[in-house]
Amino acid sequence: MSLTATRPPAAPKTAPAKARRRPRRIFTSEHRTVVSPHHLNTLWGRRIYWAVLALVLVVFTFVFLFPLYWMVTGAMKTQEEFLRLPPTYFPSSWTLDSYHEAWELMGLGKFLLNTFQYAFGALAFTLAFDVAAAYALSKLRPAFGNVVLLAMLATLMIPPTVILLPAYLTVKDMPIVQLDLLNTPWAIWLPAVANGFTIFLLKRFFDAIPRELLEAAQIDGASAWRILRSIILPVSRPILGVVSILTVTNVWRDFVWPLLVLPDPERMTISVGIASLRFNMPQTTMTAALVIASIPTIVVFLAFQRHIMAGLTAGGLKG
Amino acid sequence: MAVAQRTPRGARWGPAVRRNLTAYGFLSGALLCFAFFSWYPMIRGFILSLQSNNFVDPPTWVGLDNYRTIFADPVFQTAWVNTVVFTVLALLCGYVVPFCTALVLNELRHARGYLRFVVYLPVMLPPAVAVLLFKWFYDPGPGLFNQVLGLVGLPGLSWLDASSTALISLVLVSTWMNLGTGTLIYLAALQSVPGELYEAAELDGAGFFRRVWHVTIPQTRLILLVMLLLQIIATMQVFIEPYLLTGGGPEDSTMTVVYLMYQYAFTYKDFGAGSALGVMLMLVLMVFSAAYLRFSRDDTQERS
Repeated sequence: MSLTATRPPAAPKTAPAKARRRPRRIFTSEHRTVVSPHHLNTLWGRRIYWAVLALVLVVFTFVFLFPLYWMVTGAMKTQEEFLRLPPTYFPSSWTLDSYHEAWELMGLGKFLLNTFQYAFGALAFTLAFDVAAAYALSKLRPAFGNVVLLAMLATLMIPPTVILLPAYLTVKDMPIVQLDLLNTPWAIWLPAVANGFTIFLLKRFFDAIPRELLEAAQIDGASAWRILRSIILPVSRPILGVVSILTVTNVWRDFVWPLLVLPDPERMTISVGIASLRFNMPQTTMTAALVIASIPTIVVFLAFQRHIMAGLTAGGLKG
Repeated sequence: MAVAQRTPRGARWGPAVRRNLTAYGFLSGALLCFAFFSWYPMIRGFILSLQSNNFVDPPTWVGLDNYRTIFADPVFQTAWVNTVVFTVLALLCGYVVPFCTALVLNELRHARGYLRFVVYLPVMLPPAVAVLLFKWFYDPGPGLFNQVLGLVGLPGLSWLDASSTALISLVLVSTWMNLGTGTLIYLAALQSVPGELYEAAELDGAGFFRRVWHVTIPQTRLILLVMLLLQIIATMQVFIEPYLLTGGGPEDSTMTVVYLMYQYAFTYKDFGAGSALGVMLMLVLMVFSAAYLRFSRDDTQERS
């Protein structure tokens, strides 16, 4: 796993924090990097440094930010200006018509609501089932627990697309129970639970919670459920945050699976919904739809930037 | 259960049995989900690939006929070649570039937050949005790319419409929207390289590039290796780019393995052949997955 993934994102509060001073995470300029600070402080070192900085700033802004600027402002131009050559850098007359059109004609509200429902339903099921499972595997240690764990982690070796067809057929006609889950939220919610990586993250975190803490509660006669609720969960907030963000963003970003299992236009996710209308909409409307579809993810990113980056080093390595 | 917990001696079952029952009670939800949506489909994939199945009549066993079908399909070879070429190109861009980017970002003392934010922004867009955005940029007429090329005096390209540039266009989108992940992971790795090593190397007279080559790369080699494997696994499953941008064309120049699998199943309704292709892809990717699991375990052990 990643360098940081080898230990839980933050040690449980109960861990002996003061025993050894945690090495400081160094972001300051004192941390020695490839270029020596002495060189940086020479005249030419400074000049080169500022030149590189300026270059990186310009290139990054142009490569990563400018396309987004182009998308947002493009959708604010009139149809005529949108197609004008050479293009204008600022819309000469700002209009929100395309956004209105996208919202009304494409039914983006419905798609957004669907996606919201799938993402948070998946989160609820994942938290309920996977936390319970990881707790059982880590602390209750039943017979054959290791076999179960191994079987769950083995799914990490199977990339999701290679079992796409059989998984689709399973959802279409569930074995034993004979249910057709196509076009129902269950087709997103339940498969989201079957994520070996979530189990891995949770179990590793629970393993780090000291046994003595639980033993004290066991002696007091607390049930397994009680221990989970009042001891494990309160110290596990960091990992629950990481798992939550991973689960929600996975569902929100996923394309192939919802494309297959939610073919009904009334049920589509925002990504699939917009993609399904890509041949029928004028480019301005389409572009406005893309902006609207990006807003929730960008807002989430702005709000949880630090958590998302922590989740990235813990979880972004999953293939 | 609560009663049984409070009076352990009066319980009907031994404590071990009760503990197991409780544990499997906690496990049941996840176990069912894994069984239905992970374990069973894995087995079913193999079974489907050996059957002829139209989902009306009972399926018949046909041995390796489905595999023969896909081998005989001329597009099959094209799809594999395209997938491998795509993977190699995506690695050249998407593997080397993030490392260099991280290396440069790690040296900078200013605007760190901004640069990290900007580089990760495209990753936060839903992939379908990023791909559709590029579809517009690739438009030979009013598209952004040809405008930029025109601005610097270069002739425009036909991007997605020519079989010579279509695949590389897909690589570009893919790189743009995934670059941030690699960059930030490498950046985290670079920060764990002890500064003393650079000092020592410097005292020995090693220049910038030699320091990178002899200190940075060996110090981060495990994460580099793990990321390489993960990226191979991820890019070989490329689907959304050809699906949304080119539909596999022009002249099958962007047909990939997963897209072909999708076509078999949902265009030709041949789930047998589609599954056979899925099984083949699984066997190929499992080589990389197994290597990944081995090396990531090494990483864990080395650090603990």
